[in-house]
Amino acid sequence: MAETLTLATRDGTSAGTGPDPASPLAVRGLTVSYGEKPALFSVDATFPVGAMAAIVGPNGAGKSTLLKASLGLIPSVSGLVTVFGQPIAAARDRIAYVPQRASVDWDFPTTVTDVVLMGRYRKLGLFRRVTRAECALATDALGRVGMEGFASRQIGQLSGGQQQRVFLARALAQEADLYLLDEPFAGVDAATERAIIEVLKALKAEGKSVIAVHHDLSTVAEYFDHVFLVNVRAMAEGPVATTFTPEALAQTYGGRLAATHLDQLALVRG
Amino acid sequence: MSGFLDALLLQAGYNAALVAIGAALLGFAAGTAGTFLFLRKRALVSDAVAHATLPGVGLAFLVMVALGGEGRNLGGLLIGSALSAWAGLLLVEWIARRTRLAEDAAIGAVLSVFFGFGVVLLTVIQTLDRGRQAGLEDFLLGSTAGMLFQDAVIIATGGALVVAAIWVLRRPMTLVAFDAGYATALGVDTRRVDLAMMGLVMAVTVIGLKLVGLILVVALLIIPAVTARFWTNRVEVVLWTAGILGGASGYVGAALSASAPDLPTGPIIVLIAAGLFALSLLFAPARGILAAALSHRRFQARVHRRQGLLALVRSEPIHDPLTLRILRAEGLIRPDGVATDEGRALAAKIARDERRWDVARAVHQDTSLTGRYDGLTPIEEVFTADQIADFDVRLGAPHAVGA
Amino acid sequence: MSMGADFVQFSLTPILIGILAAIACALPGNFLILRRQALIGDAISHVVLPGIVVAFLVTGTIAAIPMLLGAGAAALVAVALIEAIKRLGGIEPGAAMGVVFTALFAGGVLLLEQSDTSRVHLDVEHALMGNLETLIWFQAEGWGSLADPAALADLPPELLRIAVVALAIAVLTVVFWRPLKLSTFDEGFARAIGLPVSVIGLGLVIAAAVAAVAAFDAVGSIIVIAMFICPPATARLMTNSLAAQVWGSVGFATLSAILGYVLAGYGPLWLGFDSAVSAAGMIAAVSGLILGLACLFGPHRGRVGVAAGG
Repeated sequence: MAETLTLATRDGTSAGTGPDPASPLAVRGLTVSYGEKPALFSVDATFPVGAMAAIVGPNGAGKSTLLKASLGLIPSVSGLVTVFGQPIAAARDRIAYVPQRASVDWDFPTTVTDVVLMGRYRKLGLFRRVTRAECALATDALGRVGMEGFASRQIGQLSGGQQQRVFLARALAQEADLYLLDEPFAGVDAATERAIIEVLKALKAEGKSVIAVHHDLSTVAEYFDHVFLVNVRAMAEGPVATTFTPEALAQTYGGRLAATHLDQLALVRG
Repeated sequence: MSGFLDALLLQAGYNAALVAIGAALLGFAAGTAGTFLFLRKRALVSDAVAHATLPGVGLAFLVMVALGGEGRNLGGLLIGSALSAWAGLLLVEWIARRTRLAEDAAIGAVLSVFFGFGVVLLTVIQTLDRGRQAGLEDFLLGSTAGMLFQDAVIIATGGALVVAAIWVLRRPMTLVAFDAGYATALGVDTRRVDLAMMGLVMAVTVIGLKLVGLILVVALLIIPAVTARFWTNRVEVVLWTAGILGGASGYVGAALSASAPDLPTGPIIVLIAAGLFALSLLFAPARGILAAALSHRRFQARVHRRQGLLALVRSEPIHDPLTLRILRAEGLIRPDGVATDEGRALAAKIARDERRWDVARAVHQDTSLTGRYDGLTPIEEVFTADQIADFDVRLGAPHAVGA
Repeated sequence: MSMGADFVQFSLTPILIGILAAIACALPGNFLILRRQALIGDAISHVVLPGIVVAFLVTGTIAAIPMLLGAGAAALVAVALIEAIKRLGGIEPGAAMGVVFTALFAGGVLLLEQSDTSRVHLDVEHALMGNLETLIWFQAEGWGSLADPAALADLPPELLRIAVVALAIAVLTVVFWRPLKLSTFDEGFARAIGLPVSVIGLGLVIAAAVAAVAAFDAVGSIIVIAMFICPPATARLMTNSLAAQVWGSVGFATLSAILGYVLAGYGPLWLGFDSAVSAAGMIAAVSGLILGLACLFGPHRGRVGVAAGG
């Protein structure tokens, strides 16, 4: 019967294949709802290995939801998620996660080093001593984000940009192959944004995969090489050069954005 | 049983009738005042207020005795309890605003410390000559047994006054409870309304002390409001429903208690309110557990059915076992996974609607319309028949299914 | 010598029990406060009463073990009901707690009034205020009794029970320190690295319930709530390190227990009255006084990290 149903096949959705074992994060038919309203509907996505990928879409389009549901942080109505071809539970050691800065209480009684060492929890477990090597790793991670001078600082004393760098350092300490970042540039200063993007580019150069929820359309082309456009449903996915087009953005954001802002964006004209 | 009926019909004596009326008024006042607290997400502040009355009761007793009075004057005790409840309330606000401690910690600290201090005072009073039969322990759990006529009058009048105050203040308080930011924009002094709200909560607590006791009066402030929330989404309706639920619990509870000597008033009133809550939690339409579970299952089935049909449209294999089960159960695919005629027809309709959506999203500039492209909302719900006909024109000739 | 003998006989065990109960509650209290769940201790301590009443009605005795089991079961039922109302009914946590603990408490009082418990020592006031003063060591004749097996066998059983519970909770706090800290600070990250966050949260609440039940047995429920909240809250205002906060809470709990007991026992005598006041109430009041001082003068009383932007 399959041949008899050659109806609309959406561009960019691979037909009929299972999850790609090489992909650092592949999602099939992911539906998540808050109440009776889908936040994501039947989303398919296959992020390429060794790429800097952005998840882009309007507010309330389910960008962060996609990340959280992929990690199993929130329940999904349906869907299959694989990380490097494995179910998420088997691949936790290969994932580093940077949650939204605002998701935690920065008044918590702890220090910068302590937060970074949380990234080593899967290696340390309940009792293993924090060795000199672990400490060196944490210091190195702080150095990579330009925060080496803040190691013993109370986290409540950090600025927003510094908080974000600490979260990134914790992810670096996880020594993962896939880095998932939820709005890493939200509310940070320009210096921090540059520092973060340098770190992410260095990760990519090491062959790691990076996926970030991103809201600033003007920097997508500059920062990322792969883009996933989403507005409850998957709108387009592919290399920035061919996918991040005015047409795709108009489709994702609705007409208004196309009419007013698209000309100002550094877009690759498809 | 006939005793219960008598009490319900206010035929069980003057005191019992006054108590029943007082309990109904108190329940009504507690339900409405509690609704404001609940909507402001501060339900447990009432717990701090209630426990903070105890030292006031003890101090008032000691002061009245020191002044040569009798010490058991209900009016005096209630004034004392109101003062210490107010002090407790201010302390909760001060701790939550001025220190890094969150409001829940402030509430817990104030309620336990005030209560502990109150217990210390009670043990002091017990050592006094006149304290031995003070009966202040009644304020813990409430007691209508041996209540004086004037006590019943105080409760009934107090209840009526609080209800009247709520009636007068209902508009600003509803505004603030619903959306404090909007109320401020309208020029309402949020802080004063909040204080008035707390004043009412305190008044309810104080009046309820003798009747239901300081531990259980919290229940009257919380349970009816939460119960009412299950039945409606409209603030005013929640408010008056909570009042009626609270009033009914108070009235029936007081009547039951008057008819049976071993049924203490406070717990009975609370258990009736809790029973109404349990029924609402389970069976309320839309927000009740059963309704929510059913609609979640329906929603899940809708999602899987739709996803399955979309997979048929795109000729993709279906892996999800739940999707397969639902499609099979509805006769849309055969047991071997091949689509039936009905399944193909539905898939064709979905394919057409998807293409219509593509056109609609390209044509319409309005994100609030295209934002409803969520996979489940039927296109007919968003666009008129004329608009859809227009999309079909732009689509060109219908594609033949199976061609 | 006689003073010391009196002290060992009448004050040593109540003070020890008070200290251990305060520590057992303060330890989980640290994490409950940081998780904005401080009032779960309030809820648990209210439902202990229905738990022991039901245990009495089922077993017909007021032996300690069935009472403790009943109270523990009631605490678990309450926690399950609160979770169910929160999740299934979509009600905010504070209101859900308020509904559950008041309803269960009312049920407990009603059962108590309906059942014939007049011949046993089981009443609401005892449940609220405890009887710390009565937990004395009859056989003790002085400090030497600490080495006397016969006298030691006469120690109040409450002491052994609360000691075991306090030790168990201390051990659990040390063992699960890292996951507790991690999941309290950043639940999303904890889930992402595969920590069983819900199990950790439930374990914490169960530990709090066990502490509440064991402490309640000796000192009543008011001081239980006070010890869950006041010493950790005080320590929170004194330091920015979690380890220091937890140690500090143990210190403040101990201080409150000792000062409160001494003030309750000897304070009225100093003031010329002839009888003591409630020790449990005084311990709660003292812990509140210490918290009040910390609110006014604590070096880290202010909030930080809230308005951190750009």
